Amino acid sequence: MTDTDKPSVWKVGVVAETRTETASGRSIVLDVPGWGGNIAGQHADVRLTAPDGYTAVRSYSVASAGSGDRVQLAVDRLPTGEVSPYLVDDLIVGDQLEIRGPLGGWFVWRPEIDGIEQTGPVQLIGGGSGIVPLVAMIRSHAASDSTAPFKLLYSVRTPDDAFFRSELAEPSRGLDVTWAYTRRAPDGWARPAGRLTRADLEARTFPANLSPAVFVCGPTGFVETVANSLVELGHDPARIKTERFGGQ
Amino acid sequence: MTGHVDGNVLAGPLSELFRFDVTTASARCVSCGDVATLACAMVYVEPASLIVRCRNCDDVLMVVVQEPDLVCIELRGMAWLQVPR
Repeated sequence: MTDTDKPSVWKVGVVAETRTETASGRSIVLDVPGWGGNIAGQHADVRLTAPDGYTAVRSYSVASAGSGDRVQLAVDRLPTGEVSPYLVDDLIVGDQLEIRGPLGGWFVWRPEIDGIEQTGPVQLIGGGSGIVPLVAMIRSHAASDSTAPFKLLYSVRTPDDAFFRSELAEPSRGLDVTWAYTRRAPDGWARPAGRLTRADLEARTFPANLSPAVFVCGPTGFVETVANSLVELGHDPARIKTERFGGQ
Repeated sequence: MTGHVDGNVLAGPLSELFRFDVTTASARCVSCGDVATLACAMVYVEPASLIVRCRNCDDVLMVVVQEPDLVCIELRGMAWLQVPR
Protein backbone atom coordinates (compact mmCIF):
# COMPACT_ATOMS: atom_id res chain seq x y z
CA MET A 1 0.00 0.00 0.00
CA THR A 2 1.38 3.38 -0.93
CA ASP A 3 0.60 6.51 1.05
CA THR A 4 -2.01 7.59 -1.48
CA ASP A 5 -3.78 4.23 -1.13
CA LYS A 6 -4.35 4.60 2.61
CA PRO A 7 -8.01 4.56 3.64
CA SER A 8 -7.59 8.01 5.21
CA VAL A 9 -6.59 9.64 1.93
CA TRP A 10 -9.22 11.20 -0.33
CA LYS A 11 -9.37 9.46 -3.67
CA VAL A 12 -11.18 10.28 -6.87
CA GLY A 13 -13.72 7.74 -8.04
CA VAL A 14 -15.41 7.70 -11.42
CA VAL A 15 -19.05 6.71 -11.68
CA ALA A 16 -19.29 3.52 -13.75
CA GLU A 17 -22.96 2.75 -13.29
CA THR A 18 -26.05 3.94 -11.45
CA ARG A 19 -29.24 2.03 -10.81
CA THR A 20 -32.56 3.22 -9.44
CA GLU A 21 -33.39 1.15 -6.37
CA THR A 22 -36.48 2.95 -5.05
CA ALA A 23 -38.35 6.20 -5.66
CA SER A 24 -35.87 7.95 -3.37
CA GLY A 25 -32.75 5.88 -3.63
CA ARG A 26 -30.23 4.48 -6.00
CA SER A 27 -27.04 2.49 -6.09
CA ILE A 28 -23.85 3.91 -7.54
CA VAL A 29 -20.90 1.87 -8.78
CA LEU A 30 -17.58 3.71 -8.72
CA ASP A 31 -14.13 2.83 -9.94
CA VAL A 32 -11.77 4.12 -7.27
CA PRO A 33 -8.07 3.64 -8.02
CA GLY A 34 -6.32 2.76 -4.77
CA TRP A 35 -9.45 1.55 -2.97
CA GLY A 36 -8.00 -1.96 -2.75
CA GLY A 37 -11.07 -3.88 -1.60
CA ASN A 38 -13.04 -3.84 1.63
CA ILE A 39 -14.46 -6.05 4.34
CA ALA A 40 -18.24 -6.52 4.28
CA GLY A 41 -19.93 -3.84 6.38
CA GLN A 42 -17.36 -1.09 6.00
CA HIS A 43 -18.29 2.40 4.87
CA ALA A 44 -16.89 5.27 2.86
CA ASP A 45 -16.94 9.03 3.30
CA VAL A 46 -18.02 11.07 0.29
CA ARG A 47 -16.98 14.75 -0.03
CA LEU A 48 -18.66 17.36 -2.18
CA THR A 49 -17.01 20.72 -2.71
CA ALA A 50 -18.99 23.77 -3.80
CA PRO A 51 -17.50 26.37 -6.18
CA ASP A 52 -16.87 28.66 -3.18
CA GLY A 53 -14.82 25.95 -1.45
CA TYR A 54 -17.48 24.90 1.04
CA THR A 55 -17.28 21.17 1.61
CA ALA A 56 -19.78 18.63 2.91
CA VAL A 57 -18.76 15.12 3.98
CA ARG A 58 -21.17 12.24 4.56
CA SER A 59 -20.70 8.57 5.35
CA TYR A 60 -22.29 5.89 3.18
CA SER A 61 -22.21 2.15 3.62
CA VAL A 62 -20.60 0.05 0.94
CA ALA A 63 -22.76 -2.67 -0.62
CA SER A 64 -19.85 -4.44 -2.26
CA ALA A 65 -17.23 -6.59 -0.53
CA GLY A 66 -14.00 -8.24 -1.47
CA SER A 67 -10.94 -7.20 -3.43
CA GLY A 68 -10.57 -4.69 -6.21
CA ASP A 69 -11.11 -1.01 -6.85
CA ARG A 70 -14.78 -1.21 -7.82
CA VAL A 71 -17.09 0.05 -5.08
CA GLN A 72 -20.88 0.04 -4.89
CA LEU A 73 -22.65 2.54 -2.66
CA ALA A 74 -26.39 2.86 -2.20
CA VAL A 75 -27.87 6.17 -1.15
CA ASP A 76 -31.31 7.25 0.00
CA ARG A 77 -32.31 10.87 -0.64
CA LEU A 78 -32.87 12.92 2.51
CA PRO A 79 -35.14 15.79 1.38
CA THR A 80 -33.18 18.38 3.35
CA GLY A 81 -29.79 16.75 2.75
CA GLU A 82 -26.77 18.57 1.37
CA VAL A 83 -25.20 15.56 -0.27
CA SER A 84 -27.73 12.80 -0.88
CA PRO A 85 -29.98 14.72 -3.35
CA TYR A 86 -26.96 15.32 -5.56
CA LEU A 87 -25.91 11.67 -5.40
CA VAL A 88 -29.42 10.39 -6.09
CA ASP A 89 -30.64 12.92 -8.65
CA ASP A 90 -27.70 14.56 -10.40
CA LEU A 91 -24.65 12.30 -10.51
CA ILE A 92 -24.23 10.59 -13.89
CA VAL A 93 -21.93 7.96 -15.35
CA GLY A 94 -18.48 9.39 -15.95
CA ASP A 95 -18.72 11.96 -13.14
CA GLN A 96 -15.96 12.12 -10.57
CA LEU A 97 -16.58 11.85 -6.86
CA GLU A 98 -14.21 12.31 -3.93
CA ILE A 99 -14.27 9.28 -1.67
CA ARG A 100 -12.31 8.11 1.38
CA GLY A 101 -12.16 4.58 2.70
CA PRO A 102 -12.69 1.76 3.31
CA LEU A 103 -13.51 2.86 6.86
CA GLY A 104 -14.49 1.20 10.12
CA GLY A 105 -13.47 -2.20 11.39
CA TRP A 106 -16.24 -2.79 13.91
CA PHE A 107 -19.53 -3.21 12.03
CA VAL A 108 -18.07 -5.92 9.79
CA TRP A 109 -18.46 -9.63 9.08
CA ARG A 110 -15.55 -11.71 7.87
CA PRO A 111 -15.97 -15.19 6.37
CA GLU A 112 -12.81 -16.24 8.17
CA ILE A 113 -10.64 -14.84 10.92
CA ASP A 114 -6.98 -15.86 11.18
CA GLY A 115 -7.63 -18.65 8.67
CA ILE A 116 -10.54 -20.11 10.65
CA GLU A 117 -13.90 -20.21 8.89
CA GLN A 118 -16.61 -18.38 10.83
CA THR A 119 -19.49 -20.86 11.07
CA GLY A 120 -21.63 -19.27 13.80
CA PRO A 121 -25.14 -18.06 12.96
CA VAL A 122 -25.53 -14.47 11.82
CA GLN A 123 -28.70 -12.44 12.17
CA LEU A 124 -28.99 -9.34 10.00
CA ILE A 125 -31.73 -6.79 10.70
CA GLY A 126 -32.09 -3.83 8.37
CA GLY A 127 -34.44 -0.88 8.14
CA GLY A 128 -34.79 0.94 4.81
CA SER A 129 -31.42 1.82 3.29
CA GLY A 130 -29.85 0.21 6.39
CA ILE A 131 -29.79 -2.88 4.22
CA VAL A 132 -26.66 -1.68 2.42
CA PRO A 133 -23.88 -3.00 4.71
CA LEU A 134 -25.96 -6.14 5.32
CA VAL A 135 -26.08 -6.80 1.56
CA ALA A 136 -22.29 -6.61 1.57
CA MET A 137 -22.24 -9.29 4.29
CA ILE A 138 -24.71 -11.43 2.30
CA ARG A 139 -22.52 -11.11 -0.80
CA SER A 140 -19.39 -11.95 1.20
CA HIS A 141 -21.17 -15.00 2.65
CA ALA A 142 -22.15 -16.19 -0.83
CA ALA A 143 -18.79 -15.43 -2.46
CA SER A 144 -16.90 -17.39 0.20
CA ASP A 145 -19.30 -20.40 0.14
CA SER A 146 -19.63 -19.82 3.87
CA THR A 147 -21.50 -22.46 5.85
CA ALA A 148 -22.52 -19.95 8.53
CA PRO A 149 -26.33 -19.84 8.73
CA PHE A 150 -27.50 -16.36 7.76
CA LYS A 151 -30.88 -14.78 8.39
CA LEU A 152 -32.03 -11.38 7.24
CA LEU A 153 -35.04 -9.52 8.59
CA TYR A 154 -35.63 -6.54 6.32
CA SER A 155 -38.10 -3.83 7.34
CA VAL A 156 -39.30 -1.43 4.63
CA ARG A 157 -42.24 0.94 4.34
CA THR A 158 -43.73 -0.68 1.24
CA PRO A 159 -42.57 -3.28 -1.30
CA ASP A 160 -41.46 -0.37 -3.51
CA ASP A 161 -39.06 0.90 -0.85
CA ALA A 162 -36.77 -2.14 -0.85
CA PHE A 163 -33.17 -1.73 -1.97
CA PHE A 164 -31.68 -4.72 -3.84
CA ARG A 165 -35.15 -6.21 -4.07
CA SER A 166 -34.54 -8.64 -6.93
CA GLU A 167 -31.27 -9.84 -5.40
CA LEU A 168 -32.92 -10.52 -2.04
CA ALA A 169 -35.94 -12.17 -3.68
CA GLU A 170 -33.68 -15.04 -4.69
CA PRO A 171 -31.57 -15.62 -1.60
CA SER A 172 -28.25 -17.38 -1.95
CA ARG A 173 -27.64 -20.76 -0.29
CA GLY A 174 -27.68 -20.64 3.50
CA LEU A 175 -29.57 -17.33 3.63
CA ASP A 176 -33.11 -16.96 4.90
CA VAL A 177 -34.87 -13.66 4.11
CA THR A 178 -37.92 -12.35 5.97
CA TRP A 179 -39.64 -9.17 4.85
CA ALA A 180 -41.57 -6.85 7.15
CA TYR A 181 -43.62 -3.92 5.85
CA THR A 182 -44.35 -0.92 8.03
CA ARG A 183 -46.86 1.07 5.91
CA ARG A 184 -48.21 -1.15 3.15
CA ALA A 185 -47.75 -4.88 2.69
CA PRO A 186 -48.30 -6.77 -0.57
CA ASP A 187 -51.82 -8.11 -1.14
CA GLY A 188 -52.43 -11.27 0.84
CA TRP A 189 -49.36 -10.78 3.05
CA ALA A 190 -49.90 -12.57 6.36
CA ARG A 191 -48.29 -9.99 8.63
CA PRO A 192 -50.21 -6.70 8.75
CA ALA A 193 -48.18 -3.59 7.98
CA GLY A 194 -46.58 -2.11 11.09
CA ARG A 195 -43.27 -1.45 12.76
CA LEU A 196 -41.18 -4.36 13.98
CA THR A 197 -42.21 -5.51 17.43
CA ARG A 198 -40.50 -7.67 20.00
CA ALA A 199 -42.89 -10.46 18.97
CA ASP A 200 -41.71 -10.14 15.34
CA LEU A 201 -38.11 -10.40 16.44
CA GLU A 202 -38.87 -13.39 18.63
CA ALA A 203 -40.71 -15.19 15.81
CA ARG A 204 -38.48 -14.26 12.87
CA THR A 205 -34.89 -14.17 14.09
CA PHE A 206 -32.35 -16.58 15.56
CA PRO A 207 -33.10 -17.07 19.28
CA ALA A 208 -30.69 -15.80 21.92
CA ASN A 209 -29.72 -19.32 22.98
CA LEU A 210 -27.95 -19.82 19.63
CA SER A 211 -25.78 -16.78 20.41
CA PRO A 212 -25.95 -15.38 16.89
CA ALA A 213 -23.81 -12.47 15.87
CA VAL A 214 -26.40 -9.74 15.28
CA PHE A 215 -25.99 -6.75 12.98
CA VAL A 216 -28.64 -4.03 13.06
CA CYS A 217 -28.53 -1.07 10.67
CA GLY A 218 -31.07 1.62 9.90
CA PRO A 219 -32.42 4.95 11.09
CA THR A 220 -31.45 5.72 14.69
CA GLY A 221 -34.91 5.11 16.16
CA PHE A 222 -35.25 1.77 14.36
CA VAL A 223 -31.84 0.58 15.51
CA GLU A 224 -32.41 1.51 19.14
CA THR A 225 -35.87 -0.06 19.29
CA VAL A 226 -34.64 -3.29 17.73
CA ALA A 227 -31.48 -3.50 19.84
CA ASN A 228 -33.41 -2.91 23.07
CA SER A 229 -35.92 -5.61 22.15
CA LEU A 230 -33.13 -8.07 21.37
CA VAL A 231 -31.59 -7.48 24.79
CA GLU A 232 -35.01 -8.04 26.38
CA LEU A 233 -35.19 -11.32 24.45
CA GLY A 234 -31.98 -12.43 26.12
CA HIS A 235 -29.34 -11.57 23.54
CA ASP A 236 -25.96 -10.61 24.96
CA PRO A 237 -25.53 -6.87 24.22
CA ALA A 238 -21.92 -7.61 23.28
CA ARG A 239 -23.17 -9.80 20.41
CA ILE A 240 -25.32 -7.01 18.95
CA LYS A 241 -23.54 -4.60 16.64
CA THR A 242 -25.39 -1.52 15.50
CA GLU A 243 -24.96 1.19 12.91
CA ARG A 244 -27.22 4.24 12.94
CA PHE A 245 -27.53 6.66 10.09
CA GLY A 246 -29.71 9.33 11.67
CA GLY A 247 -32.81 10.34 9.73
CA GLN A 248 -36.36 9.78 10.98
CA MET B 1 -28.96 15.49 10.25
CA THR B 2 -31.51 14.95 12.97
CA GLY B 3 -30.61 13.44 16.34
CA HIS B 4 -27.54 11.32 16.78
CA VAL B 5 -25.72 8.59 14.95
CA ASP B 6 -22.99 6.43 16.44
CA GLY B 7 -19.24 6.09 16.70
CA ASN B 8 -18.93 4.30 13.36
CA VAL B 9 -19.04 7.76 11.78
CA LEU B 10 -15.75 8.71 13.50
CA ALA B 11 -13.73 6.31 11.35
CA GLY B 12 -13.13 8.72 8.47
CA PRO B 13 -12.51 12.01 10.25
CA LEU B 14 -10.14 10.45 12.80
CA SER B 15 -8.32 8.33 10.20
CA GLU B 16 -6.65 11.58 9.18
CA LEU B 17 -5.03 11.81 12.62
CA PHE B 18 -4.50 8.32 14.00
CA ARG B 19 -2.97 5.25 12.45
CA PHE B 20 -5.39 2.95 14.31
CA ASP B 21 -9.11 2.51 13.68
CA VAL B 22 -10.73 4.52 16.46
CA THR B 23 -14.06 2.72 16.05
CA THR B 24 -12.59 -0.52 17.41
CA ALA B 25 -10.81 1.20 20.31
CA SER B 26 -12.43 1.08 23.75
CA ALA B 27 -12.81 4.01 26.10
CA ARG B 28 -13.71 4.33 29.76
CA CYS B 29 -16.14 7.10 30.62
CA VAL B 30 -14.85 9.36 33.39
CA SER B 31 -18.37 10.07 34.61
CA CYS B 32 -19.90 6.61 34.94
CA GLY B 33 -17.03 4.18 34.39
CA ASP B 34 -18.72 2.46 31.44
CA VAL B 35 -16.25 0.81 29.10
CA ALA B 36 -17.33 0.58 25.47
CA THR B 37 -16.01 0.35 21.96
CA LEU B 38 -16.08 3.83 20.45
CA ALA B 39 -18.31 2.51 17.65
CA CYS B 40 -21.00 2.16 20.35
CA ALA B 41 -20.81 5.79 21.51
CA MET B 42 -23.52 8.27 20.52
CA VAL B 43 -22.30 10.92 18.10
CA TYR B 44 -23.98 14.26 17.48
CA VAL B 45 -22.83 15.66 14.15
CA GLU B 46 -22.63 19.46 14.12
CA PRO B 47 -21.49 21.56 11.15
CA ALA B 48 -17.90 21.91 12.40
CA SER B 49 -17.73 19.36 15.19
CA LEU B 50 -18.47 15.84 16.32
CA ILE B 51 -19.71 15.49 19.88
CA VAL B 52 -19.17 11.98 21.19
CA ARG B 53 -21.26 10.97 24.18
CA CYS B 54 -21.21 7.94 26.49
CA ARG B 55 -23.83 5.37 25.47
CA ASN B 56 -24.60 4.80 29.14
CA CYS B 57 -24.70 8.20 30.90
CA ASP B 58 -24.72 10.59 27.92
CA ASP B 59 -21.82 12.63 29.27
CA VAL B 60 -19.35 13.93 26.72
CA LEU B 61 -16.43 11.55 26.04
CA MET B 62 -14.79 13.51 23.27
CA VAL B 63 -15.32 16.53 21.05
CA VAL B 64 -13.69 16.78 17.65
CA VAL B 65 -13.68 20.31 16.24
CA GLN B 66 -12.84 20.48 12.55
CA GLU B 67 -11.62 23.77 11.14
CA PRO B 68 -10.21 24.20 7.64
CA ASP B 69 -6.66 24.58 8.98
CA LEU B 70 -6.73 22.47 12.16
CA VAL B 71 -8.48 19.77 14.14
CA CYS B 72 -8.91 20.05 17.90
CA ILE B 73 -9.78 17.01 20.00
CA GLU B 74 -11.03 17.41 23.53
CA LEU B 75 -10.66 14.16 25.45
CA ARG B 76 -11.36 14.95 29.07
CA GLY B 77 -14.39 12.67 29.22
CA MET B 78 -12.24 9.57 28.84
CA ALA B 79 -10.18 7.96 31.58
CA TRP B 80 -8.34 5.93 28.98
CA LEU B 81 -8.46 4.66 25.42
CA GLN B 82 -7.50 1.07 24.66
CA VAL B 83 -6.39 0.31 21.13
CA PRO B 84 -6.25 -3.26 19.75
CA ARG B 85 -2.93 -4.17 18.12
